[in-house]
Amino acid sequence: MADMAIRIEGLTRDFDTVRALDGLSLEVPAGSIFGFLGPNGAGKTTTIRLLLGLLEPTAGRAEVLGFDTQTQGAEVRARTGALLEHPGVYEQLSAEDNLEFYGRAYRMSRSERQARIRELLTQMGLWERRKEQAGKWSEGMRQKLALARALLHRPALALLDEPTAGLDVMAANAVREDLAALAAQGGVTVFLTTHNMAEAERLCSQVAVIREGKLVAVGHPDKLRAQAGGPRVEIFGRGFTDSMLALLRERPDVAAVARRNGHLEVELQREMETAPLVTMLVGAGAQVEEVRRGKASLEEVFMTLMEEQI
Amino acid sequence: MTSNIGANVGADIGAAKGSDLGAVMWKERKSILRFRGSRSRLLLTMLSPLLLATFFPWQWGPEWVSQVPPLVLAFIVPAILVGMTVPDSFAGERERHTLQTLLASRLPDRAILWGKLAVSLLFGWGITLGMMLITLVVLNIAFWDGQLIIYTLPIGLGSVALSFISASLIGGLGVLMSLHSETAQEAAQKLMGFIMVPAILLQVGFFAFQERAVQIIETVNGPRLLVIVLGVMLALDVLIMLLAMRSFRRSHLALISG
Repeated sequence: MADMAIRIEGLTRDFDTVRALDGLSLEVPAGSIFGFLGPNGAGKTTTIRLLLGLLEPTAGRAEVLGFDTQTQGAEVRARTGALLEHPGVYEQLSAEDNLEFYGRAYRMSRSERQARIRELLTQMGLWERRKEQAGKWSEGMRQKLALARALLHRPALALLDEPTAGLDVMAANAVREDLAALAAQGGVTVFLTTHNMAEAERLCSQVAVIREGKLVAVGHPDKLRAQAGGPRVEIFGRGFTDSMLALLRERPDVAAVARRNGHLEVELQREMETAPLVTMLVGAGAQVEEVRRGKASLEEVFMTLMEEQI
Repeated sequence: MTSNIGANVGADIGAAKGSDLGAVMWKERKSILRFRGSRSRLLLTMLSPLLLATFFPWQWGPEWVSQVPPLVLAFIVPAILVGMTVPDSFAGERERHTLQTLLASRLPDRAILWGKLAVSLLFGWGITLGMMLITLVVLNIAFWDGQLIIYTLPIGLGSVALSFISASLIGGLGVLMSLHSETAQEAAQKLMGFIMVPAILLQVGFFAFQERAVQIIETVNGPRLLVIVLGVMLALDVLIMLLAMRSFRRSHLALISG
């Protein structure tokens, strides 16, 4: 079994009468990028705060990097970097001073601090503006600075709450590439929450979906997509009639057929060649221009999981 | 089993230089000097203590160094300065959404509390001591008669001690107020209430029982009365600091910060 950076067992947290987290059990392999998905109020931020030892669980326990979050919170915080729901940047200080402070807080030596600050700010495209007050920056720039701060002391685990929120397309892509490189080269475990399913699909080797404090699915994105439905075929062309759709539905290897924006979406019972379907449609008078194979996107899986729970 | 990844970091951290308290103090010093981004506002704030240190003593004359007014200033000035900085440092941190990130760092609760308090106290106390020195310079220039004008021992020592205890007392109260306020402004208003209400009650009590109060004061000599006042304030200060230490806990702060 692979080493686990995070191990959560039956973690529960109540706020007065509200149960924010309900018996969450989860394992996050070391060196992976783990996506934690869920709608607003699902318990993602509460989970991160519990993992950092900032909140005490009502029930259950969690281990981070081998340390119990309840009794060894200081050890956990010393080895993790966190980007929480707010960037948490000191707006009256310069970008450089923001990082300098946290470098001192993590007891990095002066030379180490200087080199790392330069490296991160250069990587984020902020080095030339390091002397400016962070409060005068755009939200995206402050978010990048917050990410740099979370990674400053080379943590073994980065807990990132919506790391690309507020970033423009270019900056968000750059951050994703940085995170991927971080996990690949540095062996850093990244635990990130996101609403961006494409991001989770692209970055994460494993994802967990949480709803109303309960875990509803966990696994590799491909595995979740496979669970959500069989393989799919999209057929583009002209002249698709209702009778053709009926013919397709009669086939035992076809699970469902729908017409969307002029093309057909065919969900198959199993992986199969598409030629018989195309031959049948052409034979019935349709003009087929393009056939695309595919699976349910992670977003569709997510939506399905959310609907199932309601 | 979970892996003990990054265990070597602990050793590296231990070997590295610097202290947690020093890190917090470095940040707080930078923040106070920036004074929410405005150095001119800071200078403007400094103008009042400067006027108090020069104008009143100059008007009063060389007797200033042996009278009660320096003690009054030694109480009021640090109280006002610390009353301005502590709510901004504690409740302001929460209001600006930087507290959660600070709590997620490795810095211990005590280092955050004392680092923040120390800078505010040094700021308020330091300026008061500076004012006392400026007053001496002004008095010696304005009323020089060949003999150096310096504070009498009870007034000089009393002012130094009173200004420190005043700064510390208001600092501790400021922490408690900040923990029970949504914004720095609300904390500052509550703090001012805590300072003003006892002062007003004391004044009303004095006038209501003036004869008896004068009798009591007359039976105690000046320095002895000062020591009693300092003792009571110090006891209150210790109590409030203990309360502040007890309340300033990560688990509590994490709940109110998010």
